Amino acid sequence: MSEENMMTENETQEPSVHPMDSWLRQDRLPHIWCSGCGIGPAFSTTISAMKESGYTQEQFAIVSGIGCSSRAAGYLKIDSFHTTHGRAIPYATGLKLAKPDMKVFLFAGDGDLFSIGGNHFIHAARKNMDLTVICINNFIYGMTGGQFSPGTPLGAISSTSPYGNEDSPFNFPHLADAAGAVYVARWTTAHVRQLKKSLVRAFQKKGFSFIEIISPCPTVYGRRNKFPLGIQMMKNLHETSIINHNAKGSELDIQIGKPIVIGNFIDRERETFLERQAAFQERVNKWLKEKKGETGD
Amino acid sequence: MVDVVNKKDVSVRFMSGDKACAEGALMAGCNFFAGYPITPATEVAEHMSQRLPATGGIYIQMEDEIASMAAILGASWGGAKSMTATSGPGFSLMMENLGLGIVTETPCVIVDVQRGGPSTGLPTLVSQSDMMQAKWGSHGDYEVIALAPQSPQECFDLTVKAFEYSEQYRLPVFVMMDEVVGHMTEKVEIPSPDSVKPYPRRYTKLPPGEYMPYRPQEDLVPEIVSAGQGYAVHVTGLTHNEKGYPEISAKAQENMVQRLTDKIKKNVKKIVLLEEENLEDAEIVVVSYGISARTAQYPIEKAREEGMKVGFVRLLTVWPFPEEYIDNLAKRIKAFVVPEINLGQIGREVERCAHGQAKVLGITHPGGGLHFPEKVLETIRSAAQ
Repeated sequence: MSEENMMTENETQEPSVHPMDSWLRQDRLPHIWCSGCGIGPAFSTTISAMKESGYTQEQFAIVSGIGCSSRAAGYLKIDSFHTTHGRAIPYATGLKLAKPDMKVFLFAGDGDLFSIGGNHFIHAARKNMDLTVICINNFIYGMTGGQFSPGTPLGAISSTSPYGNEDSPFNFPHLADAAGAVYVARWTTAHVRQLKKSLVRAFQKKGFSFIEIISPCPTVYGRRNKFPLGIQMMKNLHETSIINHNAKGSELDIQIGKPIVIGNFIDRERETFLERQAAFQERVNKWLKEKKGETGD
Repeated sequence: MVDVVNKKDVSVRFMSGDKACAEGALMAGCNFFAGYPITPATEVAEHMSQRLPATGGIYIQMEDEIASMAAILGASWGGAKSMTATSGPGFSLMMENLGLGIVTETPCVIVDVQRGGPSTGLPTLVSQSDMMQAKWGSHGDYEVIALAPQSPQECFDLTVKAFEYSEQYRLPVFVMMDEVVGHMTEKVEIPSPDSVKPYPRRYTKLPPGEYMPYRPQEDLVPEIVSAGQGYAVHVTGLTHNEKGYPEISAKAQENMVQRLTDKIKKNVKKIVLLEEENLEDAEIVVVSYGISARTAQYPIEKAREEGMKVGFVRLLTVWPFPEEYIDNLAKRIKAFVVPEINLGQIGREVERCAHGQAKVLGITHPGGGLHFPEKVLETIRSAAQ
C-alpha cells in the first residue's frame, strides 16, 4: 500500500480507539518518557495485567515516588498518588489500611525504591503488607541525568561514575525474598508476555509481591554503556537473558557481560498483614466482651 | 476561658497530657494512628495502641517517623482521620512529608511533644524550641496551624480542635505540646461523645468529571474526595493546577502557593484562639503559650499586687500568628514580655508585629526546665521602668 493510499484510508475512518484509552488520562499525553525507554512497554504491560486481574479500574490505586518510572501515576486513569522520593511504600501502606478492598500497587524506579526508599521496602516485606511493588530497574537515576544508583552494575559508566561504578548493586529479588515477600519475579521489557502473566499473578496474590522489570534507558545509561539505542539493549536482553524459575536468590546478581537470570522465583504463602489484623481484631473484641465496663486507661 | 470544646455530661478523669491528647483524638473521630516510639511522646502511641483497636481503628507502628508521616497522609487519602505523635528528632524527619501534606491539602494531625534540642538534646526534659520548625520546617512557602496546650485538659481540647481545623482548612495541623504538659497528670473533663461531633470531611457533591480537586470554595478551601469513590483523582507533590495535574510554570506556582497561604492568612481571625486578662488598663502585656504561659500566671499576679499594670495574652493558636492583634495592642502599651522555653522564637514574632511601637522583652531559656517566677517578675519590673 502506498503512503498516499494509507492516508486516504485513515481519513475516511473513525478516529481509532486504542484498547488502553479508557485506562489512560488522555489529557496528560504525550508522556515524558524518551524514545527507546523501557518504561513504556513496562507500563502498557502493567495495564494489560490490570485488565486481566479481575479487579475493576475503580478498585485500583497506584502510588509512586519520584523519578521517570514514578511519573506513570500521572498517566493512569485511576486514583493515583505521586508522592515523595522513596516514600511511596509507607504512603501506600496508609492508603491500603484505610481502603483494604482496593488493590494498591507501586510503580517506581530502582533508585527510588532501593536507595532512599530501601528501609521502607524491607519493612513492608517483613510485615507482608498487602501491596504489589513493581520496580523498573533501568540501572540508573534517569530523571536527574544518569547518576549511578543501587541498581547500577559494578564498573558501569554514569555521570557520577565516569571511571566506572565502584559500588556493588543490590540483588533486588534476593533482597525481597530475604525480607519476606511472598511473590518475587524478575522479567525484562523484552519478555512482556511472561511479564504480564507474572503481574496478573502478583495482583491476585495476597501479601507483599515484588516484580523487577529490567528496562533500557538509552538516553542516560545505554549511550554510556555500549547500548546507545533502546532496541539494542532490548535485543541483548532478549538474546542473553536466561529463564530459570528455580534459581536461588544468590544466583540473581547482575553483572556486566553476564546473562541476566529471569523468572518467577518465589510464590509462597505467609499470613499477610491484613489477615493478621483480622485475627488481632477478633482477639481485641473477645477481650472487650470479657472486660466489659472496664475501660483501658 | 476560651470554650474550645463543648463539654456536656462530662466524666472527670485523672490522666497525663499525652493520654488526654490521645483521648481527644479519639473523641474527634481519629481512626488511624501511625507512629514511632520517642520520648516524651511515646505515651500517646501507647495509649492509641490500646484504645484504637478497641474502637475499630488502626494502630500501626512504622519503621521511622518519615514513614509514619507518609502513612497518615496515605490513610487520610483513603478517608481516615489520622494522626501521629512525636518529639524533636522525629519532628525533623516528618518535615519532608509534611510538605506533601501541605501541598496536597490533606487533613491530618501531628502532635509534637517538645523536648530540648538540637539533635538528641534532652530526651526527658522540657522545651518549646520547635515552634519555628512548626512554621518553617519544610522547604518552600506555606502557612500552618499550630495549637499550644498548657494542661492535660487542653491537650484533650486542642487535639479535638486540631482535627476540626484540619478538616475545615484541609491541611496537617500541629498540636505543639511539651514534655511537662505531656507528662503532667491532673484532672481532665471528658465530655460525653454525643456532645462532640467529629468535624465532617468536606466531601464534594459534584460527580466525577465535574469535580476539580483543587478548585477553591469561597473560603479558599477546595472540596475533597477519597480514594475508591470513583473520581480517579491525581495527587502529586509537583506544582499542580485545579485539576490536580502537574503544571511546571511560574503562573501555576503563583496560583497554588498564593492560595495555600491565603486560605490560612485570610481566615486568621477564625483560626486564632487566645485568652486575655486585664488588658483594659495594661501598660505591660505578657504574651506566652503552652507551659510557659502557665508558669507566668503567678509572677503576673505578684506584679499586679505590686501595682504594675500588667495584662496577659495567652496564645492557644500560635500559628497563624495574630499579627494584626499584636500590632493593635502595641499601639497602646509600653512593653511586651514574652516568656518561652527557647531562645526567643515567638518573642521575635511579637517584636516583628509590634513594629517598634512597644518594647519587647523576651524571657528565654534554652530548655531543660521551666522559668522561675522571680525571673519573670524581674523582667516585668524592668519593663515597667
